[in-house]
Amino acid sequence: MRKSLFPIIVFAAGIIFIIRLFYLQIYSSENYDIYEDNAIRKVFSYPKRGYVYDRNNILLVSNQPSYDVMIIPREVKEIDTLEFCSLLKISKEYLIDKYIKTSKYSTRIPSVFLAHLSKEDYGYLSEKIRKYKGFYIQKRNLREYNTRIGANVLGYVAEVNRKNILNDDYYIKGDIIGKQGVEKSYEKYLRGIKGTEFIQKDRFNRDIGKYKDGVLDIPSISGKDLTITIDSKLQEYGEILMKNKKGAIVAIEPNSGEILSLVSSPSYNPNLLVGRERSKNYFELYKDSIYRPLIDKSLLSMFPPGSPFKILVGLTALQEEIITEKSTIYCKGYYIYGKEKRKINCHCGGGYRNIYNAISLSCNSYFADTYRKTINSQNNTKENFDNWSNHIKSFGLGNYLNNDLPIGKKGVIPDSEYYDRWYPDFKWGATTTISNSIGQGEILTTPIQLANMTAAVANEGYYYIPHIIKKIDGDTIDVRFKTPIKTSIDGTHFKTMNKALYRVFKSGTGKLLNVPGIEICGKSGTVENFTKINGIKTQLSDHSIFIAYAPKENPTIAISVLVENAGYGSVWAGRIASLMIEKYINDNISLKKMEKIVLNKNLEKEYLKPYLSKSFNINE
Amino acid sequence: MYSERKNIFKIDWTLVLVYIFLVGFGLANILSSSISGENISLFDFNALYGKQFIFILSSLLVIIITLTIEVKFYERFSSIFYLVCIFFVLGLFIFGKEVNGALSWYSFNNLTIQPSEFMKVGTALAISKFISDIQINMKKLSDQLKLLLIIILPLMLIILQNDTGTSIVFFSLFFVLYREGISQIYLLIAFIILSVSILTIKTSISTAILLSLIIILLNYLYKKKKSRRFMNSSMIFLFCIFISFLTDYSYKNILKTHQRNYISVWLNLEKDPIRIKQMKRTILYNLNESEKAISSGGFTGKGYLEGTRTIGNFVPEQHSDYIFSTIGEEWGFVGSSFIIILYIILILRIVALSELQKNNFSRIYGYSVASIIFIHFMINIGMVLGLTPTIGIPLPFLSYGGSSLLAFTLLLFIFIRLDANRINEW
Repeated sequence: MRKSLFPIIVFAAGIIFIIRLFYLQIYSSENYDIYEDNAIRKVFSYPKRGYVYDRNNILLVSNQPSYDVMIIPREVKEIDTLEFCSLLKISKEYLIDKYIKTSKYSTRIPSVFLAHLSKEDYGYLSEKIRKYKGFYIQKRNLREYNTRIGANVLGYVAEVNRKNILNDDYYIKGDIIGKQGVEKSYEKYLRGIKGTEFIQKDRFNRDIGKYKDGVLDIPSISGKDLTITIDSKLQEYGEILMKNKKGAIVAIEPNSGEILSLVSSPSYNPNLLVGRERSKNYFELYKDSIYRPLIDKSLLSMFPPGSPFKILVGLTALQEEIITEKSTIYCKGYYIYGKEKRKINCHCGGGYRNIYNAISLSCNSYFADTYRKTINSQNNTKENFDNWSNHIKSFGLGNYLNNDLPIGKKGVIPDSEYYDRWYPDFKWGATTTISNSIGQGEILTTPIQLANMTAAVANEGYYYIPHIIKKIDGDTIDVRFKTPIKTSIDGTHFKTMNKALYRVFKSGTGKLLNVPGIEICGKSGTVENFTKINGIKTQLSDHSIFIAYAPKENPTIAISVLVENAGYGSVWAGRIASLMIEKYINDNISLKKMEKIVLNKNLEKEYLKPYLSKSFNINE
Repeated sequence: MYSERKNIFKIDWTLVLVYIFLVGFGLANILSSSISGENISLFDFNALYGKQFIFILSSLLVIIITLTIEVKFYERFSSIFYLVCIFFVLGLFIFGKEVNGALSWYSFNNLTIQPSEFMKVGTALAISKFISDIQINMKKLSDQLKLLLIIILPLMLIILQNDTGTSIVFFSLFFVLYREGISQIYLLIAFIILSVSILTIKTSISTAILLSLIIILLNYLYKKKKSRRFMNSSMIFLFCIFISFLTDYSYKNILKTHQRNYISVWLNLEKDPIRIKQMKRTILYNLNESEKAISSGGFTGKGYLEGTRTIGNFVPEQHSDYIFSTIGEEWGFVGSSFIIILYIILILRIVALSELQKNNFSRIYGYSVASIIFIHFMINIGMVLGLTPTIGIPLPFLSYGGSSLLAFTLLLFIFIRLDANRINEW
């Protein structure tokens, strides 16, 4: 006992230590991960963000250097504040305030003292700043927009928010991410991949050199340049035409689905959301609740399509053999339907109507009748209605287009289930839903959906998903943009419709909109719309809508135009559509007079009406 | 005479090799923990590793001298060596320099010496000499008191110089006394003091007393020997009560705040998470960082000179008292377990050799050496691993420090010299 006690204790201590080591180093130790090691500072090097070009290789978005004055509070020595403030063009209060704020955050870690110096200021300051201990200038890359147009398409970049960081562990606080438009959709290509440098820290959090002489450092990979499908000249022209008007223009190349222009009006200069004034400007744009310039109306505005929808009602009826191109009805200037003998007015002037002059004169009676027959044929309302609904949906309506724009709306194309929910105890039918026949009622579409529908009609039965990307440097674009999507209507019926739509310009509602030398097919629409003022449903002036494609043979452009509260479709939206078509196809404008009228049109009064809190007239 | 000289080379090579390995490995780790990317030159005498290199060269001199001196010299001059050490420790009160609150250093220009390190050697020699004396009877109270005085004197002096850590080392000599036949009762008393005081601090006086009463009652009822059992049991119980109150009083009134904190952390007394967080940044900082560094080493470690926390100097004192955290980080479980096994081999080898000694003086001295090395090993690694309270004493042979290295070298090699002479003893 006396001999063995000490060796036993020694042995026990050794065993306990080894168990403890096992616990610390194997049991509770995760695999060594340099990214988790807080003795190593990870410094990220940011690559060049990709440039954006338009379809004609005009540079739209590039980068510009920006210079921030940085401060490390505890290194700041006594300085001549007067000289310093005049040098940076700041007030003494700013200096003191900023110094206190940054010191509170950290006295050792650099903070931004003054952001976004101009290039001129930088050149001047870079020499002088060395005199002031604790201050230095840091370079950053900002976006530079070489254009004033297409803000909604190009989007903007901003610092990541908490959600971005949670969703994607690529990002850390302070990183830049695309927030709208192309910048958002193609963020992964544009941003490139940031590189990492590993810096050894000491326990006071100071850098003491490269970890392992930088062998583990990862170089950054540059972002890829993009070419987008936008024709910047057409986009610019569209934005000019839409000045002082709310609305949208969407132009698509039918045989590729490429979006030629995506105008949302009013827009803003994309350069407003870059640099020092960014948040101020953003707030200004954000709080404009009348024009809402940050809302992309070409993608987000939902409205009943009005008369252009008659094209689909007609095509469906032709496909289902409800009518033929010879079917005729007599329009008395109105259409009576249902047991209660309700009435739809018609502005076509009355007379015998077939598919051709019903389209060209936009006869309500003809399409109400056709719609009623379509839904009521063979007495199975629900099945007929769903069949009809599916035909309409095959034009890309009533759902997201699955395209490469980060925002969008589904719109509404009702089916039987929709009305069952609406009228649970009531046998609804064609007459209940007759407004659908003329594109009012429950139908809702967005400008891009209408343009896509027009492209499908122009292509005589198929469309490509409208998309914004044309080329990614060193990469291919998504195959879904190369695959045609067929509508459920046979090709021959489109020939009929094509003739009818051409007649709109020859002898119909669009006869004043002809462009010399270009055969245009199109359809106007005038859409009733409502808003709520103090909780009361109030009708506003009609939306002016127009869809068109040209040339008649082998169309190269399909377009939809929406001008909110502008009245007759053929008057405002129609003019803008014709001017856009001429601009795109001929590249110069012969319709100078028409152009001037459009440019001078200012709808400001119209838009202010609901906000003036007094009664007003509509469609003056 | 001739044969005795020859035996200089009959030294125990196991001990020597372990010694050489530990000292060399220590130098390598001191180098790792004290460089920060500059060029490495062993002869850079401003750097810590350069200084340690000089200390190692000096140790070589000590080894040569120690091994050449006549064996009888140690036994004869042990008392004088002890008194000289006492003298130098006393001298600190007049000439000493205070470092980190402890008055334990002589300072000449760049050279500092800590006499308390050598005091361990002196005390070990002195008790070996005292106990091995034929006249001495370990069972006799007067002799026990004399022995106690030899140990208590340096201990008290060092406590007065505010170097509690070093003073605790002298308690290790109890192992020697036990081996040499001191009454079992002392073992019982030591056990009672330790368990009752820990119990008192961890729970309360009443719990501690109640628990000891139950144990003593059970023991009383089942004891076969009937004589004086009531007397004994009540004496022990009274002793328990006394210890419990004494502990409570010292813990609350005598201990300094930081000492109280270390104990409260060690016994897990602090439950308030905010306070624990605060402690992690203050008194627990070292422990917390050293555990993180060791843990980050994993199974094989990050590699020599690759320990990120070592390079970043995250653990203060990582070259001296916390050198084991550098080993843990850079050499991992494999390296640190190996070092622990090496210490166990060293200590048990010394014990085994001691038992072989025919000369009582050599045996007792060997035991003292093993005990002193063991208590350092246990307290230091225990502290770095977070198992024992934070008590700042160096890891023998590995930690940076001249006095410590020279004293441990002297301590060990006197035994190696004594052991080499085993054959000539009758």
